[in-house]
Order: sequence, then C-alpha cells, then structure tokens
Amino acid sequence: MATYSTNEFKGGLKLLLDGDPMSIVENEFVKPGKGQAFNRVKLRNLRTGRVVEKTFKSGESVEAADVLETEMQYLYNDGEFWHFMTPESFEQYAVSKAALNGAEQWLKEQDMCTVTLWNGEPLSVEAPAFVELQITQCDPGIRGDTAQGGTKPATLETGAVVKVPLFVEEGESIKVDTRTGEYVSRV
Amino acid sequence: MSDWRPRAGGARVARARLLAELRGFFARRGVLEVETPVLGRGTVLDPAIESWHARSGDRADRMEGWLQTSPEYPMKRLLADGAGDIYQIARVFRGGESGARHNPEFSLLEWYRLGLDDRTLADEVVTLLQEVAAADPAWHAPDPGPRVVAYPDLLHEALGVDVLHDDAARLQAVAAQRGLTVHGELDRDAWLDALVSLCVVPEFPPGRVTILHDYPESQAILARRSRERPGCAARFEVYWGDLELANGYFELTDPAEFRRRREQDRALRRARGQPEPAADPFLEAALEAGLPDCAGVALGVDRLLMRLLGEDDIRRVIDFPWGCA
Repeated sequence: MATYSTNEFKGGLKLLLDGDPMSIVENEFVKPGKGQAFNRVKLRNLRTGRVVEKTFKSGESVEAADVLETEMQYLYNDGEFWHFMTPESFEQYAVSKAALNGAEQWLKEQDMCTVTLWNGEPLSVEAPAFVELQITQCDPGIRGDTAQGGTKPATLETGAVVKVPLFVEEGESIKVDTRTGEYVSRV
Repeated sequence: MSDWRPRAGGARVARARLLAELRGFFARRGVLEVETPVLGRGTVLDPAIESWHARSGDRADRMEGWLQTSPEYPMKRLLADGAGDIYQIARVFRGGESGARHNPEFSLLEWYRLGLDDRTLADEVVTLLQEVAAADPAWHAPDPGPRVVAYPDLLHEALGVDVLHDDAARLQAVAAQRGLTVHGELDRDAWLDALVSLCVVPEFPPGRVTILHDYPESQAILARRSRERPGCAARFEVYWGDLELANGYFELTDPAEFRRRREQDRALRRARGQPEPAADPFLEAALEAGLPDCAGVALGVDRLLMRLLGEDDIRRVIDFPWGCA
C-alpha cells in the first residue's frame, strides 16, 4: 500500500480518504513556532467533484489513491455507456453518463480524451480543451449586424448548443473551448 | 530548466532598510550586537523543532554538527559571562518547515535585556514594531494600542476552554464543535496548539498587534514560572494580525529545572519515535555558573518584512526561498 507523508503534499497529489479518491487542490502548512505543525488541505473528491477541507497533524501518512490519467480514444455511445479505448493496448472501457459529467456533449467518435481511472475503473473524462465541430442547426445571420457583436444559439453535430456570432452560418465548422463552452473561431 | 532569478523584487531594498532600522533601534538603547555560531556541536531537543544535521564529507576526518534553530543557547552563554544587553540578527534553520509563512532557513532577531521581565520586554517589542514601521511612509504600521491577553483568558473567552484543566478529549470535542477534526492523534498540548492556531488566531484583527502571555506551564520551554498565574509560564508571543512574529520569556535561570525540562523533551522524542539529535553540551554549565535575571525574545525578520510590505507569502520577501535556494 503506497502512502504519502504530509511533507510530500502538493497540488495534484491523489489520496484515498473516507473511501473516496481525492486530489489535493491546496496545501497550507500551519505551525506555531514552538508547537505542533498541521497541514490544512483543500481536496477535490474525484468521484463527486466536491471540494472539502481537511486538517492533518504534520508527519501523518495517508494512503495514496490508485488514480491514473490515460489518453484514450472515444469510440461510440451505445445509448447507455460511452466506450473508450487505449490506443496502445486496445483495451476498452465503458463510461457512465455520471462519470462523463457533461464531457459527452463535446465528443465526436475518434476524439482523444483524458480518462481518469481509479482502481482500473473510469472515474471521469476530460474532453480535449478545444474541439472543432460542425453546426447542424442555427438561424441565418442578418447582414450588417456584425458590428454589434450580437450572438445566436447554434446546435452542433454532437448536440451541444453554443452561442455564436451572427455571421456564423449553419453547416460551418467552429472551434469551441470545452472548459468554458464558448465559441472561439470559425475553422 | 529551473528559474535562476531572484524572487524578492522591491522587498530586497526594504529588507536592507529594515536591517539598518533594527540595528539603529538597538544602538540607540545601548544593546550590543553579537555573533554566535550557525553550526554547533549540539542543538535543542524541543520535540516541536527539528534540527538540520550537517556533515563535512564521508572521509575519516569528517566533521559534523547541527545548524542552529535559534541563537538562544550561545547568547545565554554570553549573558552568563557578563555580556549585558545583547542582540543578534541570526540565520537559523528548521527542518520540515516550508510554506507561505515558513522557510526552513530564515532570519531571526533575538535580544536579551537585563532587568526586564516578560511583560516589559513584550512592551519593548511593540515599541520596536512601531518605530521600525514609522521609518518608511510606504510601510504598513500596526494599529496603535496592542491587545494584551493571557493565554488562558483568550481560550476561555473564545472557546470556553479551561486551559489548565480540560483534557485532550474535551479539547477535541471543542474543536469538533467548531468543525475542526484532525487526522492523526494529538495530545493535550497539540490540541491546544490546534485550537489556538486554527480557531483563535485566524480571528485576530488584521492590523492590530496582540500580545499573548502566560502560556500554560506545559508549554513553558525555557520560561520561568509565572508569578501572577499559577500553572502558567512567564512566556509571551507577539502577533501582528494573525501572523506570529515573536516568542519571548522571562528567562529560566535554574539549572535543575532546565535539566528536568530537557529530559522531558528527550523522553517525549523517544516515546514518539522522533530522532534524537546531539544535545547542546554547554548551556547547562553556563546556567550553573549563573544566568543574570533577564528577559529574551526572538522575532522573525522575514515575517516582519511581510507585514510591513503587506505581503501574504514569505516566498515573496526572500530572494531565494526554499526550492530555489
């Protein structure tokens, strides 16, 4: 069983606490000059996404969470699960909608994603930061409105809806920032 | 490739100015600047402080020693020899201490005054803070009028804790009521530290200086017993806002009591499985020869600089903090 001592704590370290895998967001060292040292730690629960704060007596050891981030290719959706594959081993993983947590709206078959595995089970999926997707439906733009910087909703081939500038037309491909869900440019 | 560049920026010039101001403060009061070794044959056994062990190599003629965690012991030898009022701006080293308010190597201003006690020396610390802060109009100054409060009173007011009688389980329950649980087992003093550091001190008013005095005797370190308050020690700390700046004592002069506390520290280290460094071999004899009645205090210069400049992270006032040192 791998463990980490509090003096190894730093952002991104994965710990197993209360039965859940957690990632350190922030680690604060608190110590009175002549007294006991503590680590006040903010952790993201990788299963629920919630951020919790915990206090450790410095010098304590905590079990490491067997969490692995792997690049995988998105294959297809069977209606219930989204299927991914590691390109090296061709090993396939079925991911639930809960674990995808909205990432599915950006995924096109063949796209590469970061899949986080905990004890070999998919825990979460991160879509690529930028994706290029085709607009399948949006109202026609009105000439002359470009200067006002107005926007309109556009439905993409994956089903996601993003706000696009008025000059962007149905059938065009656009670049989207998946972290904010915002339009970046035409492709 | 790691970043070679220094980090302190404008704090570099402020530090030079601060050091000059500190030296001026003591020169005006006739306190003598001294130097004592950074590297010594022994060190403190205080279980809350980890010393750095230094070796010169692995040949048969290698030398070894301990980096000082404060200049306290050799300065007391100077006092026992009749040096009178003395101060030092020392480089000190503490293992395992690194973060927004800790650097494992830092500058400690330590001074001793004959004829003062814990309370009058605490007043001098406040005077020093005010005088130094006034040196540069761009610097932050502490709000006038420090808050002076006894440790047991503070914990009683803030948390309803009876510092001298509540046991570890009761302190743990008080912490739990405040939403504080700690992973790892804490003894009574560690729970007191947790309550003070994590519940009470963060609520200290930001611009104001707080003098916390009459620490429980179990945390006396090298302070003598308090005359006014049974069960307490003549020890104080000075905070600026929620930042601990200084720790001082009406100094213990009794060699038998010094030996007793040192053996207690040694026993505690053994019980906890902590490493046991070589003990300083000289202070005990100096106490036997006679330490004059005096009060002493150590103040973190880097932290003072943080407050003067309004910085929240010690790594922004040190050019080469741990990690790029």
